[in-house]
Amino acid sequence: MIEIKQLYKAFGDKEVLKDINATFEDGKTNLIIGQSGAGKTVLMKNIVGLLEPTSGEILYDGRNFVKMAKKDQVFMRREMGMIFQGAALFDSLSVLENVMFPLDMFSTMTLRERTNRAMECLERVNLKGAENKYPGEISGGMQKRVAIARAIVMNPKYLFCDEPNSGLDPKTSLVIDELLHSITQEFNTTTIINTHDMNSVMGIGENIVFIADGKKEWQGTKDMVIASKNKKLNDLVFASDLFKKVKEVELEEETHNLNKQ
Amino acid sequence: MFWKKYVKEMSALGVDSIGIVLLISFFIGAVICIQMKLNIQSPWMPRWVSGYTTREIMLLEFSSSIMCLILAGKVGSNIASELGTMRVTQQIDALEIMGVNSASYLILPKILGLITIMPFLVIFSSATGILGAYATAYIGHVLTPEDLTAGLQHDFQPWFLWMSIIKSTFFAFIISSVASYFGYTVEGGSVEVGKASTDAVVNSSVLILFSDVFLTQLLS
Repeated sequence: MIEIKQLYKAFGDKEVLKDINATFEDGKTNLIIGQSGAGKTVLMKNIVGLLEPTSGEILYDGRNFVKMAKKDQVFMRREMGMIFQGAALFDSLSVLENVMFPLDMFSTMTLRERTNRAMECLERVNLKGAENKYPGEISGGMQKRVAIARAIVMNPKYLFCDEPNSGLDPKTSLVIDELLHSITQEFNTTTIINTHDMNSVMGIGENIVFIADGKKEWQGTKDMVIASKNKKLNDLVFASDLFKKVKEVELEEETHNLNKQ
Repeated sequence: MFWKKYVKEMSALGVDSIGIVLLISFFIGAVICIQMKLNIQSPWMPRWVSGYTTREIMLLEFSSSIMCLILAGKVGSNIASELGTMRVTQQIDALEIMGVNSASYLILPKILGLITIMPFLVIFSSATGILGAYATAYIGHVLTPEDLTAGLQHDFQPWFLWMSIIKSTFFAFIISSVASYFGYTVEGGSVEVGKASTDAVVNSSVLILFSDVFLTQLLS
């Protein structure tokens, strides 16, 4: 479980995150949603330690990551896996070498064991057969899946994904969402996904934190989103006609059921 | 993992530069020999003077300093753009998240790799320059091969070879560290990567020129 307590982050005079308090649970797909520029990526960078918060606490199963010595932070990062917006695969390495990279750096496994483990992860993301290709030779969706395989190869306790669906078509986005959701349940990881893809919110949002203007506006599940009266959240989630219709139908059904009773 | 990367960098930065080093050194050696013959040689000068000056120029300045200025362009821009691209595409962040010390993993093998391979490039450059000079003697008949050999062997001081190697080692450090700094600290996108690459070449070239003055004074 990851807990964030009174987190503030400022760049010079500009306060980007203000008094963020949130809890992200084990075995659940936790989503951070918000408009572009709301502070989602800054929040995630603070959580993983790529940025240092101005003040506040970030607790990984009770361990305060902010107060930790650098050496301990580096050690702790081996328990984390991250999928970046652009996949961030190493261009000079093949797909298999990319997935094997964390094992090459930190495990004491033999080459055969490392290769087998990397192949297992590639199979898990349905990429068997692409192991000898280079990142430049595969599609954006495949790159994201390689990034997922690389992130899970060390069996991380915490999995972070920054806009995993950006630049992908709806069908591929669905595949990525389902993959992240099943991996989270299978390995009981604390998964945090930064997104503004409303299909993801409605599909896999087990715990949703809504950020607006650097503040936490709302927290709940995907079912609670429909009934929410928060204007900013409704403006974001139901911006498209499709989701407006979904909400109308859901509310009509609810009223109908109440009248019946 | 480090040794694998170190060997890879030696190959990418040094071995892949051998072609350009040999090509430039061959023609510069030939041109220096022709220029010396045309502009210095006179009835008042010994006939070996062209060979002697060609050797001294190649050994003392061209193969160490000028070759490093050329390599600052090739290798420096390569390092800065590689690291800069890794930074803007979050590959460096990915290393950090994994708990890898990205600076140590990416920069150290480049610095050590270039420092290791540079003395070999200097030796190849000097030798090829002299081959170029012989080409003017055998093919161009600008001077006789005997006069050239006499000049090349006249008053040879082995220390000059060491001086050339020592200087080039310093320059290798300047090229790799300055380029790595500019590449590693890029912020922004492709425009900034291009700017970092240019800044790396300009700054390392200026530093090489300044340090050349001090090193020449110190080692002579």
